[in-house]
Amino acid sequence: MSMQSPTLASTASPTSALYRKRVFTNRLALFLSLAAMASGMIFLLWILTTLVVKGIGGLNVAVFTQMTPSPGSAGGLLNAIFGSVVMVTIGTLIATPIGILAGIYLAEFGKTGWVAPTTRFVNDILLSAPSIIIGLFVYTIYVARVQHFSAFAGAIALAIIAIPVIVRTTETMLILVPASLREAAAALGAPEWKVVSYVALRAVRSGVITGILLAVARISGETAPLLFTALNNQFWSSDLNAPMANLPVAIFQFAMSPFENWVELAWAGAMLITFSVLAINIITRVIFRQRSN
Amino acid sequence: MNAVLQPYETPVTPTSKISVRNLNFFYGSFQGLKNINLEILERRVTAFIGPSGCGKSTLLRTLNRMYDLYPGQRAEGEIIMNGKNVLDKSQDLNLLRAKVGMVFQKPTPFPMSIYDNIAFGVKLYESLSKAEMDERVEWALNKAAIWGEVKDKLKQSGLSLSGGQQQRLCIARAVAVKPEVVLLDEPTSALDPISTAKVEELLHELKQDYTIAIVTHNMQQAARVSDFTAYMYLGDLVEYGVTDELFIKPKKKETEDYITGRFG
Amino acid sequence: MAGDKSRGSYVSTEEQQRQIAARLVRQRIQDAVFRKTTLSFALFVLLLLGAIITSLVLGAYPIFEKFGFGFLTSREWNPVTNTFGAANAIYGTIVTSFIALLIAFPVSFGIAIFLTELCPIWLKRPLGTAVELLAAIPSIIYGMWGLFVFAPLFAQYVQPFLTKYAGDIPLIGQLFQGAPMGIGMLSAGIILAVMVIPFIASVMRDVFEIVPPVLKESAYGLGATTWEVVRNIVLPYTKAGVVGGTMLGLGRALGETMAVTFVIGNTPKIAASLFEPGASIASTIANEFAEAGDGGHISALIAIGLVLFIITFVVLALAKLMLLQLSKGEGSRT
Repeated sequence: MSMQSPTLASTASPTSALYRKRVFTNRLALFLSLAAMASGMIFLLWILTTLVVKGIGGLNVAVFTQMTPSPGSAGGLLNAIFGSVVMVTIGTLIATPIGILAGIYLAEFGKTGWVAPTTRFVNDILLSAPSIIIGLFVYTIYVARVQHFSAFAGAIALAIIAIPVIVRTTETMLILVPASLREAAAALGAPEWKVVSYVALRAVRSGVITGILLAVARISGETAPLLFTALNNQFWSSDLNAPMANLPVAIFQFAMSPFENWVELAWAGAMLITFSVLAINIITRVIFRQRSN
Repeated sequence: MNAVLQPYETPVTPTSKISVRNLNFFYGSFQGLKNINLEILERRVTAFIGPSGCGKSTLLRTLNRMYDLYPGQRAEGEIIMNGKNVLDKSQDLNLLRAKVGMVFQKPTPFPMSIYDNIAFGVKLYESLSKAEMDERVEWALNKAAIWGEVKDKLKQSGLSLSGGQQQRLCIARAVAVKPEVVLLDEPTSALDPISTAKVEELLHELKQDYTIAIVTHNMQQAARVSDFTAYMYLGDLVEYGVTDELFIKPKKKETEDYITGRFG
Repeated sequence: MAGDKSRGSYVSTEEQQRQIAARLVRQRIQDAVFRKTTLSFALFVLLLLGAIITSLVLGAYPIFEKFGFGFLTSREWNPVTNTFGAANAIYGTIVTSFIALLIAFPVSFGIAIFLTELCPIWLKRPLGTAVELLAAIPSIIYGMWGLFVFAPLFAQYVQPFLTKYAGDIPLIGQLFQGAPMGIGMLSAGIILAVMVIPFIASVMRDVFEIVPPVLKESAYGLGATTWEVVRNIVLPYTKAGVVGGTMLGLGRALGETMAVTFVIGNTPKIAASLFEPGASIASTIANEFAEAGDGGHISALIAIGLVLFIITFVVLALAKLMLLQLSKGEGSRT
């Protein structure tokens, strides 16, 4: 014991070389960490400011009331906005029941057997799978068969991207339901499907809705899977069986074009889409936080 | 059947509601209950006491086969109720649970209104008119001595009530389906003393109509509310008898050590 | 009491018992249907993956039949003469993703450390949300921003600087030579990095948060600095998760389409300099697919899609296994 105390004193002393080196390394690491955080925030603000600065100029009433223009003439994004809303809505309507039911299986009946662990694994892969591959897939199984691009094909592609998001959140949420709540319902003699749908699912309603909204946010900005499914359309179309204009692809086309008014419209669309997506994200967070408190 | 532990004294000779015979229970390879034999008597309160892990909750959960929700848990032996072995494969679990109600350690109000909390279980097996349902909800809430506190807010969420109120709501919910047996798994361990007293009072009321089995870690509570008490240890039923006798002159050394606080 | 007279009513008459029995049968059928329905939708998700792989393999078959596995190593990509080789696109995909990881890993790590160890409590939630919002921005926005804002600045300030100071270093010098055009492989890699940083950082933050506080506290109790705690306690504990999170980011980077398409230059070639334009698998498909005609072009695009899917599948599967390993380990340690 008596041997240790002098050594202890010397290492801990603020003047020792070792101690100074440790403090320096620590400060350096913490500074770099702070710098990393700051750079992340700078990029976020930078991107958002760019969107506002460049987008606000092109954002006017015409954007919401006129069709996409031909080069050089004035116009808006009405048909593209409409197309995006239609395809995202249909995609979500297809994905929601599939995602919720598959999620229920994973959470409620997935304790035994090979199906649940395998599905969980596959679902996580699909969750991060390149969205352009989903586009290729829908092209080969649907577009190539029927021989034409269509809004419906775009909606299917978006649905396939939304499904894993909904499966994942539904499962995660259901697992959070305390076992005692399920037992309480079962103890009244309730059959399994009522225990799950009337009690467990109801208890995590806001969480599941959050998942659906996050899926909506995710697919709203997806461009790659629409490039060769829904394609694009310069004109108003509400025919699900025909190519349909949509914001992301319109933005892509206009941004890559040499025409100034197109590029300006692209920025307006970009601002619109980003702030809608971010708004959905923030709103869902607020809802979920309030409900879960 | 001479191994069956009969209560040492049976006043007014009540009939047996549930007979547990040679019951063994396994969590996977771990044996949670070892050859349990006992009779639970009709319209009496039977308490199960013992240190944690002794199997008292496990025993309770075999009576309505709650363990069936979890793979890897199984029971062997017989639990005879109304002349039928409830452990039989052919036993319909939903029907069994409709007859054997359960109240849990923590209050478990469903995420719905107070009214719907009660109506949920009733609707499962009975088709009642609106008026009949209203009547039933009021009756159940009265039984659980909470009607006065909630009658003006039946449409509010069950989660908006205090902990003690939630637990009485859960008791009302269990009672509303008119079960024959009510199981209570440490129903007051999450409650404050005043709410605890209310729930205990309630048990006295309820035993007029129901057979009650209660698990508690609180020996005073067992002494206060029960007619019969079973002391369990490490999956064995050590001693079972009339509550007053078991607490005043236990027959077994282990029981005495536990209730006098020398152990546990 | 009003209801007392009806006590036990539901088992009292024969008629009611019959009703109960019918109800029980109905419940059993409903439960079976419910179980089977949810099962079939879980299987649907499984089948989806199978269908994706099958359709890609079938679509790619003609091109592999024609060129064999030489398709993977050939650098010739000419839709006019119908000769196709995937090497350029594979090279572009891997190089841009590698650059992205090189930048994204340390930055994400720093952000995760900041969020878990340094950040004042009141800032934790807003900053965490901000990082997640960064991940929510659609990738096409990153692409546009990269092309219109980042690339000009990059060409004007950063590229000349890199050429001047790194251009003469043996071996790696040639990576930084050539005309400063702003777009090219390096720009694509950097934009990708900005895109995947929030993904990696969120996963890392989540895994750092599972480190039991008592472990960290006992290290702090010995007088360790924050960095030493991160280095010697947090990192070893979460190693699998950190690697898994990084691979998840890599998976994203490999398959990212829009952010890359805007800035990579879309020229299928392998150049010594990172300043030169190139093409990735995803950008090639995005650019050429809608205009591709028959005669092998579509099949070739599907074939590189298949290659991309296989690469990302392997990376994501490994990532998932790493993360699973972490959560298993966590279970056994508690």
